[in-house]
This record gives sequence, C-alpha cells and structure tokens, in this order.
Amino acid sequence: MSPTDEHGHDHPKHELSHYAKRIYAIRDLLLEKGVISNKDIQCQVDYQEARSPANGAKLVARSWVDPAFKARFIADPKAACAEMGIDATAINEFVVLENTEKRRHMVVCTLCSCYPRPILGRPPDWYKSFNYRQRSVVDPRGVMREFGLNLPDDVEVRVHDSTADIRYLVLPLRPRGTQGWSEADLTKLVTRDSMIGVMDVLPAIPE
Amino acid sequence: MGRAVNEGAGRFKPGDRVVVRFDDRPGHLRTPWYIRGKTGWVERVYGDFLNPESLAFGGDGLPKKTLYLVAFKQSDVWKNSQGPTDKVLVDIYEHWLDPAA
Amino acid sequence: MARGHHDVGGLPGAGAIDQTEHELSDWEILADAINQALGAKGIKRTDEMRRAREEMDSETYRDMTYYERWIASIETILIEKKILTKDEIDRRLAEFEKEWGEP
Repeated sequence: MSPTDEHGHDHPKHELSHYAKRIYAIRDLLLEKGVISNKDIQCQVDYQEARSPANGAKLVARSWVDPAFKARFIADPKAACAEMGIDATAINEFVVLENTEKRRHMVVCTLCSCYPRPILGRPPDWYKSFNYRQRSVVDPRGVMREFGLNLPDDVEVRVHDSTADIRYLVLPLRPRGTQGWSEADLTKLVTRDSMIGVMDVLPAIPE
Repeated sequence: MGRAVNEGAGRFKPGDRVVVRFDDRPGHLRTPWYIRGKTGWVERVYGDFLNPESLAFGGDGLPKKTLYLVAFKQSDVWKNSQGPTDKVLVDIYEHWLDPAA
Repeated sequence: MARGHHDVGGLPGAGAIDQTEHELSDWEILADAINQALGAKGIKRTDEMRRAREEMDSETYRDMTYYERWIASIETILIEKKILTKDEIDRRLAEFEKEWGEP
C-alpha cells in the first residue's frame, strides 16, 4: 500500500529525514495489522485542528467581565470550560493561575514539554526548546524580558514546572484602559504567550 | 488558589516544610535534578495519582502516590536568583519528600 | 547514576529563546495523530513514551527534532510491545523509498 499524498505543502518524501520517513512505514503497518484505522488517525488530526489559543482567550475574556465566572473558572476550570462549550475533558487535572499587579506566573515543563493542549492547541516550538526548558526555572525574568515584559522586583514571579499530570493555564491581567470593552474585543488582546505567562496580554492602546 | 483537585489521605498538608530527596536510581523519575535536596513548603495537595515510575515500564501505576504542589524560594534553589520574592513551584510525589527540620 | 539528558531545568549555557515558529509538516501532523490514537486505544501510555525518549542516546536526543524524537519513541514502544518489529518497519520503508525515488 503506498502512502497517499496529504495536503501537499511539503517536501517530496525522499527528501525527508530518516525518522520522518519512518512514520509512513509505521502508519502503513499499523493500518495493515488493524492496530489503528485511518478514521482513528483522522479523528485525532481533526481534534487537534479544533484546538487553539482562541479557546483560552474566550475563557480569559469572560473571566475579566464576569467575576462570578472567574471564581468558577479558578475553582473548577474543567466545569467552567464545559459552561462555555470548550471541551477540556482530555485534561487530567487543570489548574488556573491568576496573575495580579503584584504577582505573575510562568509555566514550563523542564523534563519534556507538557502543555495544556486541549485548551491551547499545540505548544509553540520555543516552549519545547532546550533553551526555554533550561532557563525558565532559573531565569524567568530574563525570559520574560525577551518577550517584552520587564517586571520590577516588588512583583513576585512564580514559575511552575509541570512535572506531573496537572496542566496549568495562566489567567493574565486585564490591561488598563479597557473599561466597558466588549468580551469579543477583550478576547483579541489575549495572546497564547500571555496564557503561558511569558508576557502580559496586548495593551489596550497600541504603543 | 481554588479547590484541591482531589483530596488524598497524604502525609503532608499545606504549609508543611519539606525537603526533596536525592533518591538517585534508574528509571523514569519525574523529580527534576535541580530541585533535589532543596527545602520548600507544600502549597497544595493535589490528591492521589497513578505512579508514573511504574506506568513508564508497563506497570499498573499502583499504589497511587499523593501529589503535592511544592513551592521554593528561588533564592533557596539557585546561587544568583533575581527577584527577592520569586518562587519556583514543582509538582512532586510524596515518596520524594521528607519533612524538613 | 547521572542526571538524565532530558532533565535540563537550570542547566547553564542556554541562549536566547528562538521565537520563530514553523507550520507542521504532514509527517509531524501524522506523528502527532498516531501518538494520540495509540494512547486513545490504550496501546501505549504517555509515561512509556517519555521513558523511551529518556533512554535514547544523549547525542541523538539533542540532535533530533521534537517530532523525530516522538517517532523514535513510538517505534521503540511498538517494538517493545511486540506490535511491530524493526525488521518489518525497515522493509516497508525500503519499499516506500523505492517508490519515492532517489534523494
């Protein structure tokens, strides 16, 4: 059975690296032996495509405008996701870390690259990089500076190393000058990187 | 900081000072090298989870281990940390923790 | 016992964070999906995959890309569980390479 061509924005297969090529052979054999089906694979592709930081942004924006929702979100994040029609069931345990004027959180997985994929989608390459995994725990402020966030010493920086099954989402600070903004407009300010915690959200007024 | 994720009958409770074991042995260990031997305190009790050290080798993960959110002052972990009140927080299983003096 | 090559928190010598992102190639999307599908079917556990990557040769580990490491660990675990053999994979890959032509 020859590999079918997929979306086609790729290198020709003979140019791929050794392991890149190998996954096609592995797939073919798994299908042939009935270990998994094409449908199983496609299901996962679709599931992953449906996940993006937009989910997280909605949760953050709703938390900013609705204090009761925010309390529910912090107390039981999976239930709050269900309320908003966001499927977080794949997360074993989900914890929300609330930023304040005097406290910021940052999330890393130094041992591999655990990430709240069901909420945010796939992690960016930099999150999985050795440099990020090495530096975040020892030099979080330096990492934040690279992302444009400079914090004074009277702000506490708390770095979470997610070494187990807990998946963390940072609830970033609502920026100044957004009083009266609609939820939809607030959502646009919430970047993926602010929910990892390396930066605050976009400012209300472009600098 | 929200409800405990699922209350376990663990040995430690929030506020307890704990020290991380070195416990260096072969296998799939989820306690990072940089935190071993360091002293911090329990922030949260996350409840009981299947033991990844067993799961990694096809085991059933039993008996479950209580998982804790343990906080450390950065100044207690690294030589030249910035931010005088900064913390590093690690999810650590009970069998890696001893009570600190 | 030594520190595992995956256990990198706090290691010195790390440089600036490269923030460029890349669109996933088809093979990466496929690796991701197969990994998830195997997990959904209870065929492998995440901790088994992590352990397989930890057991890799250190130089190889650092040289491979993220999804290449995933593929290597998928293969290791499938062989360990006697679902596939290395021989089968080698042979099927050789057949495909013939079809795909010379690099």
